Parts: sequence; structure tokens; C-alpha cells
Amino acid sequence: MYNFTPISALTGGIIIGCSVVLFFYTTGRLAGISGIFANVFTNKSNRGSNLLFLLGLVLGPLGYFYFTQSTVSFEITNSFILVLIAGFLVGMGTRMSGGCTSGHGICGISRFSIRSIIATIAFIFTGVITVFILQQFGFYL
Amino acid sequence: MSEKIFSLFSGIIFGTGLVISGMTNPEKVIGFLSITHNWDASLIFVMGGAIIVTAPFFYLLRNKNKSLLGLDINLPQKKDLDKKLFIGSFLFGAGWGLVGLCPGPAVSSIALFEPITLIFLLAMLSGVLANNIFIK
Repeated sequence: MYNFTPISALTGGIIIGCSVVLFFYTTGRLAGISGIFANVFTNKSNRGSNLLFLLGLVLGPLGYFYFTQSTVSFEITNSFILVLIAGFLVGMGTRMSGGCTSGHGICGISRFSIRSIIATIAFIFTGVITVFILQQFGFYL
Repeated sequence: MSEKIFSLFSGIIFGTGLVISGMTNPEKVIGFLSITHNWDASLIFVMGGAIIVTAPFFYLLRNKNKSLLGLDINLPQKKDLDKKLFIGSFLFGAGWGLVGLCPGPAVSSIALFEPITLIFLLAMLSGVLANNIFIK
């Protein structure tokens, strides 16, 4: 397997799980990032705490880089158009279906929600097809 | 006030987990979606690790209707598998596969000072607004 990093992936996943539990146990809400992001702009209720959650999403990595003196790699397509289309689809799609990788993939599956299990299978499946098609056109070599 | 502090801390922990998991790198996500070529299964371990922690807690807390801070617990009640669930998931999956960014890593990667993520976030916001105006 290529680039496989099970230990750091599992460690990161467990830490993410702790965050979801803390957020739910204290605020009573699910840590679905697409919902939190959308609500910051479109919903007055909980705006402050939603904004602070997003701020934390940025401060977490900054703190990690500072204390561990490490960097991480960030490799993304150089196609501006592709990024615009992708962002639009992610924003629209997650609001239509009511969740993203965190809301459906983590919170929903953990609650054994049938909707979330189906949504997660559907978006992973479409993601796989999308990557496969792009590879046929020579992307991601 | 304490709700805001806990929200900030939850975000910090979530963002730290994301960066440790490696999922802030779009190439890593594309590697997971690329099942026919150099497949990287790491993302399963991220989701699995998170679910192992959250599932028992959600189960234990399933009958609570107030949070620790006394706030109402409002869980999604929707059960029907409607068209919007499928179409939305397909659109999201397509966008996710195009560049390898989903909402969490897109926000966290602001910490990497890559201008392209701001373009992604603006496009994502316009997608959210388009849904609210035309679909909702």
C-alpha cells in the first residue's frame, strides 16, 4: 500500500473523536463542520460559538506546528477552476444532504443513523468515481 | 460564556486531530479515493478511530435531553431517505474527489497559509448560499 500511515491516522481519528464527544457533551450539538460553517454565515443562533469552533480548527494546527516544530505537506491541484467547482459542489452538496465527512461520516455513523451511513457510502463512492475519471485524463499522476 | 470556551476547545482539539491524521493534505485524501492506483487506506483509520470513541458515548448519552451546560440536546430526527440526501451526497463526493478537500480540512488548512484554500472556502460558501436560495 502506498503512503499508508495507519498509526498517525488512528491517533488523529481518536483525537477527532474526543473533540466530537466534548462538543456534544458540553453544548448538546453535533460537530458537523459543514453545518457549523454554513450556520456561521446563515444562522444567528449560536453564531459566536460556531465561529469560535472554526477558529479552533485553525488554532489547533497552528499550536501543533508551534509546539512540535513540525510542518506538514499540502499538495493540491494547481487548477484554479477545479478548486472553484469543487468548493461550490462541496458547499451545495453538504447542505443538501445535511452533512459532510464529520457530520455524516463520524457523528451520524456513531449514532447508527441509516441516513448518514447511506450518505457516507454515496459520497465516498462518488469521490472514488470522480478520482478514477480524472486519472483517465492524466490528473494525479 | 462557557459554551463559547468549550466550542473553541473542541475546535482546537478537532483541528489538532485533523493535522495529526494527515487529512489536511488533499493528496492524502485523493490517495484514499484512488482505489485502483496506489491506494492509501489511512482515511478509514481516521474515521474508524473517531467512531470508536464517539459511538459508545453517543450510546451512553442517548437518553439525555440536556447537555452538561444545561443546553438542549437537539439531534437530527429525520429518517427518510429522500432525493436531497442522495443528490447532495453525490455532489459533495464529486467536489471532494476533484481536489481532495472537505469542509473540516478546508478550514484547518488556513493554518498552512495556502491562498488556494481561501478560494475553496469562498466557493464553498457560495455553494451553501446557492443551496439556501435555490433548493431549500
